[in-house]
Amino acid sequence: MIELEGLTKRYDEKLAVNNLTFTVRPGVVTGFLGPNGAGKSTTMRMVLGLDHPTSGDVRIDGKRYDQIEDPLRYIGALLDAKAVHGGRSAFNHLLCLAQSNGIPAARVHEVLDTVGLTGVARKKAKGFSLGMGQRLGIAAALLGDPRILMFDEPVNGLDPEGIHWIRTLMKSLAAQGRTVFVSSHLMSEMALTADHLVVIGQGRLLADTSMADFIAKNSRSYVRVRSPQRERLLDVLHEAGITVVETGGGALEVDGGKAEPIGELAARHQIVLHELSLQQASLEEAFMRLTAQSVEYHAHSEAPGGTWAQPVPRGEWGADWKKGA
Amino acid sequence: MSTPQPPQAPPAWPATPDSRTPGYTSPIPVVRTHLGHAIASEWTKIRSVRSTMWTLGVFVLLVIGIGLGTGALVASSSSDLGGESPLALGFFGLLLGSMCVITLGVLTTASEYGTGMIRTTMTACPSRGRVLAAKAIVFFLVAFVVTLVAASVVALAQASMLENHGARVPTGSEWFKGTVGVSLFIALLGLLSLVIGSIVRHSAGAITIMIGLLLAPLVIALFMFAESLSKVRTGLLEYSIPNQLSVFYSNSLTSSGPTGWDPLWIALGVTAVAFAGAFVLLEKRDV
Ligand SMILES: Nc1ncnc2c1ncn2[C@@H]1O[C@H](COP(=O)(O)OP(=O)(O)OP(=O)(O)O)[C@@H](O)[C@H]1O
Ligand SMILES: [Mg+2]
Repeated sequence: MIELEGLTKRYDEKLAVNNLTFTVRPGVVTGFLGPNGAGKSTTMRMVLGLDHPTSGDVRIDGKRYDQIEDPLRYIGALLDAKAVHGGRSAFNHLLCLAQSNGIPAARVHEVLDTVGLTGVARKKAKGFSLGMGQRLGIAAALLGDPRILMFDEPVNGLDPEGIHWIRTLMKSLAAQGRTVFVSSHLMSEMALTADHLVVIGQGRLLADTSMADFIAKNSRSYVRVRSPQRERLLDVLHEAGITVVETGGGALEVDGGKAEPIGELAARHQIVLHELSLQQASLEEAFMRLTAQSVEYHAHSEAPGGTWAQPVPRGEWGADWKKGA
Repeated sequence: MSTPQPPQAPPAWPATPDSRTPGYTSPIPVVRTHLGHAIASEWTKIRSVRSTMWTLGVFVLLVIGIGLGTGALVASSSSDLGGESPLALGFFGLLLGSMCVITLGVLTTASEYGTGMIRTTMTACPSRGRVLAAKAIVFFLVAFVVTLVAASVVALAQASMLENHGARVPTGSEWFKGTVGVSLFIALLGLLSLVIGSIVRHSAGAITIMIGLLLAPLVIALFMFAESLSKVRTGLLEYSIPNQLSVFYSNSLTSSGPTGWDPLWIALGVTAVAFAGAFVLLEKRDV
């Protein structure tokens, strides 16, 4: 369990992390989301005692990181996969880490095998591809078979097979009762892995909620209907008391999660349908809306002003979820 | 610790399939880490990179090559050492070689900042002082042993080569200073470099500082012609690292200044102060 209490970090002028309070619990994968520069990596460095908080506190099962006697056995972390001496082989890199915590050398072979680097164990790390480097970092995190795992953007540079593998890995680690804390920019990625969600923007907590809650609150589902007899269909739906939104391209959208009643209604009135499909507003959109105010590094696209499915008053978002969590 | 946890209160967050599990306990035995672990780790680190082989390889080549070269030169010439100790000829090789030891010392700490490895190291061993101590111990022993071997080989060879060339037979204390003494001094110089590397956190910067420290006082002194500066000049000469090294061979460039084992105590004092500074900074700064 990782507990943050009013955690704050200021670099000169820059308030990188602003009064964060939340708890990462065992047995579930906790996703840590935020746009670039939100303070995710800084927060993780403070958990590991690498950066001193300006104020506030972070505890691991009640202890400060430097009070833990067997750190690698307790927390495994992947912060920056490039944080390796390039001239050292994968094996020696892991061996020196293992020795510093009295972990048997046999364990090095095990983790190399787990991440699939056995074949290049004696190769220098500087020759590794992005994905191989990431795997080496993951191997280092797993080395002590720790109770808590922390990954900073682990899917960075992994191929689809690797992404699938790390997803499964994180879930199985959590299923064994471990605490798994993983950062990402991608809501869609988190939707597949995380059970719990912590969202930050410009160092501040924006949401601390279960994934299920987040999805329930944010995925507007609707049925898209297209028909050559559009006018007639509109009339029929109107008569049945169903509200319809007309969208571009001749399609109609009906709020609600069921396509069957609409199909049956059309059949009864002998209306030809070209499309009848259940649609969901993406979580990515919900995440972007949530963090929109706190995105620091905007890229400017040609068409400014996103097309949100449903404009929502911004102030309410974070507040609402914090209450719900 | 990975000892079994007492059962926890029912979780307050939405139930998940595994919210029953109180926590994970690894089958790997738990070990309380101590300095010995950090030393084993640093030993693996220092022996598993090329820069160690390169710097120490060049060091041994310089010390033995120059040492035997000067010995052979004197032996083949008609010149007479006039009752000098033959060990003194080891000085030039060691002086040049010290730059290799300085480089390795700096790299031991500073290269971890360059690569970002330091974050991995400090995560594995959150006691920052322990990391610095382990690096210092491992490096000092490696530097001392390698210097001792190289210096002893040169000393033995020169003593036997120059026996018939007017060199006097060195006394026991001269032998000790010319081998163990210089090795301690060179290893301390390397240790100071390691500490400076930890303070500066930048390999090239720290190496430049150390080379400057090695050569600047002597060079500056050579250009101090003004009479009013003669005191400063003598001081710079006497306490320059090359002169202090030569004191171990009792052929100091100056008549006053450090004598006997003084250079070792001076190096020890300076290194200890720098070490304390590095320790304080290490604790204070973010990694
Ligand atoms: N050592 C540092 N010195 C000064 N500023 C820093 C330092 N580390 C981070 N920052 C600043 O703090 C802010 C948060 O950075 P951080 O790396 O924690 O963000 P992040 O959420 O991990 O971003 P990303 O998703 O891009 O990795 C940024 O504005 C960054 O510039
Ligand atoms: Mg980051």
